[in-house]
Amino acid sequence: MTDHSETAVLGNEAAPVPRHSASEIAEHELIQGSSLWKDAWSRLRKNRLAVASLVIFLLIVVASIVGPWLVPYNSQEQDLFLGATAPSAAHWFGTDTLGRDLLVRTLEGGRISLMVGLIATVVSLAIGVIYGATAGYMGGKVDATMMRFVDLLYALPFTIFVILLMVAFGRSMWLMFVAIGAVEWLSMARIVRAGVMGLKKQEFVEAAVSLGYSHKRIILRHLIPNVLGPVIVIATLTVPAVMLLEAFLSFLGLGVQPPNASWGVLINEGQQNMEIFPWLLIFPAFLFALTLFCLNFLGDGLRDALDPKSAKD
Amino acid sequence: MPLLEVKDLKTSFYTRDGVVRAVDGVSFSLEKGETLGIVGESGSGKSVTCYSLMRLIPEPPGRIDGGTAMFDGQDLLQMNEAELRKIRGRRVSMIFQDPMTSLNPYLRISTQLIEPLRLHFDVDKKAALNKAIAALEEVGIPEASSRIHSYPHEFSGGMRQRVMIAMALITEPDLLIADEPTTALDVTVQAQILDIIKKRQEVLGTAVILVTHDLGVVAGNCDKVNVMYGGRMMESGTAEQVFYNAQHPYTRSLQKTIPSLQTKGAELYTIPGLPPDVSKPIHGCAFYPRCPYPKTGAAEGDRPKLVDLGDGHCFADCHFCDSSAPIESVLTTDVPVEDITPAGAAE
Amino acid sequence: MLKFIGKRFLQGILVLIGIYALTFFLVASTPGSPFSSERAMQPEILAQIEAFYGYDKPVGERFLTSVGNILHGDFGPSAVYANRTVTEIIAESFPVSLKLGSISLLVALLLGIPAGILAAVKKNTWLDYVPMSTAMAGICLPTFVMGPLLALVFGLIFAVLPVAGWFGPEFVVLPAATLGLYYAAYFARLTRGGMLEMLNQDFVRTARAKGVPEHMIVWKHCLKGGLIPAITFLGPALAGIISGSFVVETIFQVPGLGQWFVKGALNRDDFLILGLTVLFASLIVLMNLLVDIAQVALNPRLKYD
Repeated sequence: MTDHSETAVLGNEAAPVPRHSASEIAEHELIQGSSLWKDAWSRLRKNRLAVASLVIFLLIVVASIVGPWLVPYNSQEQDLFLGATAPSAAHWFGTDTLGRDLLVRTLEGGRISLMVGLIATVVSLAIGVIYGATAGYMGGKVDATMMRFVDLLYALPFTIFVILLMVAFGRSMWLMFVAIGAVEWLSMARIVRAGVMGLKKQEFVEAAVSLGYSHKRIILRHLIPNVLGPVIVIATLTVPAVMLLEAFLSFLGLGVQPPNASWGVLINEGQQNMEIFPWLLIFPAFLFALTLFCLNFLGDGLRDALDPKSAKD
Repeated sequence: MPLLEVKDLKTSFYTRDGVVRAVDGVSFSLEKGETLGIVGESGSGKSVTCYSLMRLIPEPPGRIDGGTAMFDGQDLLQMNEAELRKIRGRRVSMIFQDPMTSLNPYLRISTQLIEPLRLHFDVDKKAALNKAIAALEEVGIPEASSRIHSYPHEFSGGMRQRVMIAMALITEPDLLIADEPTTALDVTVQAQILDIIKKRQEVLGTAVILVTHDLGVVAGNCDKVNVMYGGRMMESGTAEQVFYNAQHPYTRSLQKTIPSLQTKGAELYTIPGLPPDVSKPIHGCAFYPRCPYPKTGAAEGDRPKLVDLGDGHCFADCHFCDSSAPIESVLTTDVPVEDITPAGAAE
Repeated sequence: MLKFIGKRFLQGILVLIGIYALTFFLVASTPGSPFSSERAMQPEILAQIEAFYGYDKPVGERFLTSVGNILHGDFGPSAVYANRTVTEIIAESFPVSLKLGSISLLVALLLGIPAGILAAVKKNTWLDYVPMSTAMAGICLPTFVMGPLLALVFGLIFAVLPVAGWFGPEFVVLPAATLGLYYAAYFARLTRGGMLEMLNQDFVRTARAKGVPEHMIVWKHCLKGGLIPAITFLGPALAGIISGSFVVETIFQVPGLGQWFVKGALNRDDFLILGLTVLFASLIVLMNLLVDIAQVALNPRLKYD
């Protein structure tokens, strides 16, 4: 009996042992991973506010994508004789000063705003995850330098740069995606780095290192899947931030350019006419705020669901 | 009149997934200066028992459903917040399992140490500080007069637990509740901490409730022992009775798990199975599914009654109470107490 | 501690130089010079000005000259507004923006932090739900919707406050509220989160076991740690208030720096953009320095190093 326990401690059985245990440990983590997601999902489902947010948000997304085809008006079609009319059976959201149907314009605006939110978030996600994972994984001086740089960037007045970029290089939508994405990746990088730092010390990563896997493989196959939870939360919260920034640019006339109109553009048009034609502000502003509301609540709900320790009830 | 007399204490947590009956009918009494050990696995309700006495159960989701806890003629369970505040930290103090998180990292040790004095007595800051330094010295902290101004993170785990003890005893309370005070500490430090508690208790005449999952810790430190399982009392009596004349199959199983009594090099004995899920109603005997001597019908019907064997030795929730259980006790009077305690284990 | 401040200060200077360089080359990479605008100007004067500010010289040299000028307090001329230097514009409008900005920040802190503490202490009661839902709504409404809405309600419907201009104390109310409420919402959420985290800590249980009354648990035991997230957000909040002022000053016609920056950016007024960027960045860098110091002061586990 004594013999048995001693060999286990000393690890006398040499080569095959680590290989075997590494794959076992990795598999074990995978299994744990899937049940983690299941748990998170069941916790999220119990959060009524988050579920309602998810449903409403999906409705808005579907309406924005499908809606414009179902409304019998074209968003560019002007009717200057009609002008701005209040909501009616023919025009549910009314018409704007150029006689354009507001419903179809709002739905198409939703398409653009949501697309801006999505693409800029993907840009920020890509930068943030790669940067954060690299810093966290490398550790030491590389990490210190990289994160000090992030700290410094945090101190910058970013909107100023986005404005200057838009002024200097024209008001293209693609530039806007990149400009917004490039300034919104900092939190993402921090979160991913923290996650990777914590995971790196765990056995299954050490096992992968001992197997001689390449850094790239370890980062992609082992670390990133494991920090996915917090990344999803931050991404969910980045979308509304990006949409707000786009609306801000639209106010300055630097956002989406006519004849296209995002919610930001519509809201800005609406607020200029709010005393005479209040519906021009109310509909786009309501949908915009509702979308942001849903995304924020969903993000909070996801955070609670994925990190049960922070769930307070 | 005993210092503390608890009768039929019931505490539940009302969660989304159902009602968790964490403590389900616990009774015991404690005289001045006595030490009571509460032993059980995790989830047995021993900590919740203590929190209920201190009324530190977060409500909601927790709720004390019934029972009384007469402390010096007053029922702790019926007190309002203001009355409780006069008792807490003054007449009943508590120390916790994890000294790393139980001290406030944002406040100096000195601030935290003098807080009970300043709250409960009319003392000025300087006098309180002097008393706090003396208290630190008494629990064996070197250079107390300078180290008192440090922050908790500058202390090791064992040192912090010493601070906790000094803080709990600085008002010379009648009762100290120690909730697994050594669980989070190194084995070598465990014995020192128990020693300090014991010494201070002798000086101050404080009664102590010592909660632990380690039967070995109870040996040599306690006058009385309560064994808990699934929120219920399994066996209670004097330390002698519970150790050398254990009746309940669960107590005997627990004895077998004491590391220092097991064959060196052999795989450590653990009780097979898992503690019961107290969020579901338990019929009959709570220990039945893991009992080495299950008796037909023990998993049905009412729970077994508490039986007094005379001399205050009780055992309960067992269907063998009519006769001696057919299980050998690993402990006999010829095993010296020193062999059971963790100090012995450290060697 | 002095060493820590010195080190952070030097870092701040480096950041400022970096920001200035970035802005400078961004602006310089746009074709043309700021003086070749529609503004009628005699060619020799144009050439003279261009030569004076080095537009005939290579970009690198121009950069160094402009850094030198700024160190002497000369931010250059405004390209769009004749006979005005950027220094004059700053001197005139900075007090306005400073007033608006600091009052907004005060509104944000004085409203947000108490609301957050209250919500955390009274968790899951209406004192939690009402302010927190309001805060969430506040975060979801862009300033340029909030501003006109406040103007509509208090300026036109109740007609108690002026909606445009900058002539007396009452003119501060609506713009400062528009800017401040938005960040009050953020501070409220951050403070609530921070306080809840503290209130769930084991040491709160220890304090209760000592007989510490609830109000002291909040003020003495939890406030320091609970405020850290809000304090950390001060830097981003200041940056946000500055960019928010671009919108709010336009809506309420406040003659502050925000309006000038928007005009400058849209009209390619190089020196104005550069001057204002340096000023804004210095303010933010200064705020971040203060935040760094405050963080170490609040959290004993951090050290000045």
